Amino acid sequence: MTKTRQYELVYLLSPDAGEQAVKDLHAQVEATIARFGGELARTEEWGRRKLAYAIGRHKEGIYVLEVINGSGDLMKELERRLRVNEQVLRYLVVRVDEELRGAERARSRRKADSRPREARGPAAESEGGEEANPETGAEEPGEAEA
Amino acid sequence: MADEQRRSGPGGRGGRGKDRGGDKAGGQRRPLFRRRKVCKFCMDKIDYIDYKDVRMLTPFVPDRGKILPRRISGVCAPHQRKLQTAIKRARQLALIPYVAD
Repeated sequence: MTKTRQYELVYLLSPDAGEQAVKDLHAQVEATIARFGGELARTEEWGRRKLAYAIGRHKEGIYVLEVINGSGDLMKELERRLRVNEQVLRYLVVRVDEELRGAERARSRRKADSRPREARGPAAESEGGEEANPETGAEEPGEAEA
Repeated sequence: MADEQRRSGPGGRGGRGKDRGGDKAGGQRRPLFRRRKVCKFCMDKIDYIDYKDVRMLTPFVPDRGKILPRRISGVCAPHQRKLQTAIKRARQLALIPYVAD
């Protein structure tokens, strides 16, 4: 039994790809997910967007985001398929479950931590001074007098 | 010589050029009072910096395409680390440039 994890998959299709090609690839992704017993949590089509830099000769591309719950083997297979597909200019797989959990933890910690901001301020400032040079404070007044 | 220069730099934080100038003028201590920069992400209570959110990332990627150092932006270290990976991911997807031409 493999572990289920959450991944985000973004792929970037060539602008020459028609609507049908986008649909086909999405269907292929869906089928692969189903075959590996995963689950497609969410799909977002960002549509045609300008690229920040040219990839090959393309200046724009079609972005699709899929949020997938599944195993590592599933993602491996998906990556392989995307690599093979010539319409796909770029793809990115990011495992997000841990990061989202970390963010959730930070949020709950902040809620629990009701320490007022003022109490933290001065301590942080003195730390900064020490970091720069611990001697500065002792030396400088003398210099000013002379 | 070098030791003395280091010692007389007041505060040290930011504005290195100005401090050096003060040293030459005779070790005068300038009451440089810079407004304390606070981390934008801490202020807005953002825990997860999303690589897909280009609008959140662009202020930290100046025209040149480099990642803005936190000494300038004032972002705290934990958030800068997250920002860094988010920017790098966005670059792979051509949402943000690697270098500007």
